[in-house]
Amino acid sequence: MTDQASIHSPIDPAPAGEPLLALRGIGKSFPGVRALHDVDLDVHAGEVHALMGENGAGKSTLMKVVSGVYQPDAGYILLDGEPVSFHHPREAQERGINIIHQEFNLLPDRTVAQNIFLGREPKKGWLVDARAMDEETQKLLDYLGAGRSISPRTLVGRLSVAQQQTVEIAKALSFQSRIVVMDEPTASLASAEVDALFERVRALQETGIAFVYISHRLDEIRKITQRLTVLKDGELVGTGLTSDFSTAQIVSMMVGRELSDYYPPYGDPATFGEPVLTIDGGGNDEIRDIDLAIRAGEIVGIAGLEGSGRTELARAIFGVDPFTRGEMSLQGAVVRFGHPRQAIGAGIGFLSEDRKSEGLVLNASILDNTLLAVRSVVGRSRAGSSRSAVANEARRVDLRASGLHQETRFLSGGNQQKVVLMKWLSTGSRLFIFDEPTRGIDVGAKAGIHELMRNLANAGAAILMISSELPEVIGMSDRIVVMRRRTFAGELPAGSSEDAIMAMAAQTDEVVA
Amino acid sequence: MSVAVPASLRTRSIRDRLEAAGLFQIYGVLLLVVIVTWGLILASGGNINVTNTLVRSVALGIVAVGQTYVILGGSLDLSVAYQVSVTAVVASIVMDGRVDRMWLAVIVVLALGALIGLVNGVIVTKFHINAFIATLGTSLIIKGALNATVNNYAGAVPREFRKLGYGAILGVPVSVLLLLAVVAIGWFILRYTRFGHHLYAVGASEETARLSGVRSDRVLILAHVLCSVTAVLTGLFIVSRLSAGAPWVGTDGNYDLESIAAVVLGGTALMGGRGGVLGTFAGVLILALLDNAFNQLQVNPLLKDVVRGVIIIAAVAAYTIRQRGRVP
Repeated sequence: MTDQASIHSPIDPAPAGEPLLALRGIGKSFPGVRALHDVDLDVHAGEVHALMGENGAGKSTLMKVVSGVYQPDAGYILLDGEPVSFHHPREAQERGINIIHQEFNLLPDRTVAQNIFLGREPKKGWLVDARAMDEETQKLLDYLGAGRSISPRTLVGRLSVAQQQTVEIAKALSFQSRIVVMDEPTASLASAEVDALFERVRALQETGIAFVYISHRLDEIRKITQRLTVLKDGELVGTGLTSDFSTAQIVSMMVGRELSDYYPPYGDPATFGEPVLTIDGGGNDEIRDIDLAIRAGEIVGIAGLEGSGRTELARAIFGVDPFTRGEMSLQGAVVRFGHPRQAIGAGIGFLSEDRKSEGLVLNASILDNTLLAVRSVVGRSRAGSSRSAVANEARRVDLRASGLHQETRFLSGGNQQKVVLMKWLSTGSRLFIFDEPTRGIDVGAKAGIHELMRNLANAGAAILMISSELPEVIGMSDRIVVMRRRTFAGELPAGSSEDAIMAMAAQTDEVVA
Repeated sequence: MSVAVPASLRTRSIRDRLEAAGLFQIYGVLLLVVIVTWGLILASGGNINVTNTLVRSVALGIVAVGQTYVILGGSLDLSVAYQVSVTAVVASIVMDGRVDRMWLAVIVVLALGALIGLVNGVIVTKFHINAFIATLGTSLIIKGALNATVNNYAGAVPREFRKLGYGAILGVPVSVLLLLAVVAIGWFILRYTRFGHHLYAVGASEETARLSGVRSDRVLILAHVLCSVTAVLTGLFIVSRLSAGAPWVGTDGNYDLESIAAVVLGGTALMGGRGGVLGTFAGVLILALLDNAFNQLQVNPLLKDVVRGVIIIAAVAAYTIRQRGRVP
């Protein structure tokens, strides 16, 4: 770790003059989670301000407070030095604060002009003045240099992602925006489109508009932002000129914590058993040349950037998009799955990233969810499908619920994850695939899930874990396999550093996953 | 990003406009149905009567415009058939054959219709009850009330009022003019009023509409009221044809499911947010043309329903496939 003291002291050589937007001591809690605590943020006119932090650090919550989606429990917001409080996003918009969300708020079947002026259509007498609307839109698009490629009357659904983003920016401008928050704006843009976006942002910056730029990509932060603020676990860790921070400093501000405090001890390789899963030269349309063996009792972590093929690997193993090349065996026997049913029957449990839509039937009870896979695949009669067996499993995973008949939608994220795990325990799985096991789960419950995974491994299960949170990969994995460009880039031992993983995952690209 | 686009690409042809409105395909299907049905009729020695086909579209056409509104907003109305019956019966009783009570009756049924629409809208938006169940409930209530009051033809409409069903202006039936007026007004409202714009937004994404400051509840309630008003107009047309109202006139016409079928056949998304009145008009004409052909060709009525079912499913499947294939 780098020198913590220098990082934690809030050195902030702020530009001269009153900040356009000032947040002071902002706090916000949700049942069971403290999302923000005592956060300050200054945004000055004409700057691009990076807001950084890991998933769950509180960036989105903070921006929702700024834009009137949430009201803070503590602290206050100053706009031009005046206290303001927003009760609805519309109020923030009217005061010139706009958010461009990662998933756009656009209606694909309406035109560009109709989208931009939704709720504020110009009127001529009783009627919408469509001509004025189109003309205003054309002006905005011209101003953004997109007036020739996007027509006000084009349906938004026919535009590319980059063009839709331009429409979002035009919409923000139509509110006379002074502060534009962009949440991961480049996540789905090609590099030429990123350049065009940056050009546009710089031009608007000249006119005094301030941007809050949320991103994980360090190279972009360097290119476009002048100052940055880093949050961790809902608290401010540092703020200052972007150029004053080294990449290593930014990374350690974002992730810097003593891992050993948070994760259970690694497994002992001497106690690992026979390989449960072996893949030789596995491949399909999405991934290629996969060689992997996971032994009983072992947790293997898969790291890699978005799009490196991690999820595709899990889907191949589980028979969703099966391997078309190579050979896969489970406990020594060669298997070929055409459908997840076969994988489940053979003893694989898959805990998907999207618990709410893929892992659980939210309005069904804990009992029914647990027995869903058993009933459909293995057959009703098998042992483990009884109520008492489910109650045993609930104790085993330390489930917190009012009863087995409680509907799973009322459970917290951590407990929902436990129900998914119970489902696979009751089918008698030997291999568990965890895809982003703790995404969207609060810090306290994360530790519980991690402990559970380790106990599962110690009891003889083989675990494949996919995670984009590097601390989790490092903290949990007995072995780390790094993926890059849809194949394995290499393997690292337990406890490797983030730098080593990132170097392998990104090679030259300077990116933090 | 700012790729220069030749000016010729930016002026829009009629085809482009139809494409943009999602109507190209639907009117293509309509044209196909015209050619096939008329071809078959002519081949079998029958004759084509356009006016007759149009008059036969009036009752369904008017109420289908209203149904388009609620479906665009992400709701629907199953109670229109009973609303048609109520209108026919109440108008007939209030008029009681007297010319001087014609307008009174029209005002009474319009008010009654608006009230039913208001109730439907409020149940759907304020109590968050699924529109299917909410309007099924109101239709049962109306049905019970109606059957408890009358059990046969009741009252009568004056000769004057029957002009609505049988009269003509310059050779065009009054009822067809009424249908065209409702379609035109329905189209105009959607295109040129804030309410119309907001209705699309509410149906496509209530969240986006709300974040844009649209009061989605009010919008949807108004859509339900307008839908009921069209059901009233259909009821008035039917009672003018029959000269007296009976409690089964609406349900006999199957206006609930038929209107939904016409809307969907016209390319409006059942989930809301996409489509429009012009598509529905084509949908209604397609159904009327098929009916006309079946009658003239004396097709077995059971087979008739099978063919209609196949055509509805095939058309909607075609729209869906095209929609999916669209550039995101």
